[in-house]
Amino acid sequence: MSTMIKLEHINKNFGDLHVLKDVNLEVTEGEKLVIIGPSGSGKSTTVRCMNFLETPTSGTVTIDGEVMDKKNCRRIVREKMSMVFQQFNLYPHMTVLKNLTLAPMKLHHKTKEEAEELAYHYLDVVGLREKADVYPPALSGGQQQRIAIARALCCQTPIILFDEPTSALDPETIQEVLDVMIRLAHEKNITMVVVTHEMGFARQVADQVVFMEDGRIIEEGTPEHFFTAPDSPRVKEFLGKIIR
Amino acid sequence: MSGLFSAYSWSKVWGARAGFLMGLGNTVLTAVFGILLALVLGLVFGLMGTSNKRILKAVNRVYVEFIQNTPVLLQLCFIYYALAFSGHSIGIIPAGITALGIYTGAYMSEVFRAGIQSIPKGQFEAARSQGFTYFEEMYYIILPQTMKIILPPMVNQVVNLIKNTSCLYIIGGSDLISITYSFVTGEKTGGAYGPAYILCGAVFFVICYPLSKLASTWELRLKRREAATVKTAAAKAA
Repeated sequence: MSTMIKLEHINKNFGDLHVLKDVNLEVTEGEKLVIIGPSGSGKSTTVRCMNFLETPTSGTVTIDGEVMDKKNCRRIVREKMSMVFQQFNLYPHMTVLKNLTLAPMKLHHKTKEEAEELAYHYLDVVGLREKADVYPPALSGGQQQRIAIARALCCQTPIILFDEPTSALDPETIQEVLDVMIRLAHEKNITMVVVTHEMGFARQVADQVVFMEDGRIIEEGTPEHFFTAPDSPRVKEFLGKIIR
Repeated sequence: MSGLFSAYSWSKVWGARAGFLMGLGNTVLTAVFGILLALVLGLVFGLMGTSNKRILKAVNRVYVEFIQNTPVLLQLCFIYYALAFSGHSIGIIPAGITALGIYTGAYMSEVFRAGIQSIPKGQFEAARSQGFTYFEEMYYIILPQTMKIILPPMVNQVVNLIKNTSCLYIIGGSDLISITYSFVTGEKTGGAYGPAYILCGAVFFVICYPLSKLASTWELRLKRREAATVKTAAAKAA
């Protein structure tokens, strides 16, 4: 298996704030990586560095063998990566169908027919085919997030990044989104990086779990190792608080 | 002055209708091209104003502050006379189009800048996360959302530009205001002040009022829709 994402010595400063401190991480093709940790630990910034929504202050990001810089990042992102956000970020002025077909048509050279076929296929995957002609603001949070996942899938990129995809949802709709993500995790060739507080999800789908605190990776390992016998006392404490 | 609104003075105005129509034509011509120029400048400089490149932001500020803080009459005279006396006269109407376009463009660019900045950050990030280039991102995702918001203030600037065509008078234009003025002060046509100015004002009103009305109606509709969205969202959350 080849390396899809490689972060080497990533540092990120926001002004005086040093939010990432020498982060090193490797994700292989098809791997499901879950990043956990307290808020403010740099989890989100780490995934946002992967697609250059944040430019690292220093260090290198390598995607599928290519080192990213400010010039090539949009192309690499277009070819390799999609992202699902905490706040969904669907385009409110377009119908669900247009949200799903825009990038495939404008960026991936699909015809309207091909793009729509793809869109309906993934709408079926997330179970929302009947919402194709609706505008996003008319949907519930859970539905919007499922549409956002479908939008990411429509680009058929090998990597999908999830930045706290269930954190803005009310408890009842979290599961419908997680179900979609769990189903997605069965796809062998999709590389997933998920920042989440959903430990059940992490345990169920992760190949590798990374715990971050204060801008550093404190511990990484398989979910078995992580949830049964973590090395660091800090991880034990965190898991003790979050899993009751 | 007994004949201020007499049938005789109205008939005098009627007799000069060809001149008034020509003036109206020049006003409309200046306004239409001036608006186009203002929109282009507004968009370009508005985008500069939202850029994260310091130099582009600086160019935006210099343009906006310089133009907004000097009189439009000065800008018009400068463009017309400075060019004319250096042997590059571009003519009265082109000078008017250029000056009014540049002047209104400064206000328009602030309208665009504020509109773009009011779009949630997540929209820009979503576009970037899909790999859209800057211009694609603006064209497909940001500007369509911006246009909806900025339509009312934009139309207000259009109305201002239409009224400001009266500045052409200072460089000897033959727009509606200048024609009206030379009509009422003319040796042969003199007098008939009342009807002439009423007619002139009525024409401006007929052009500008529907535009203003359109802007305020649109604004109201947006507010209602927003309220409706908030309501449904609240109902869903409840």
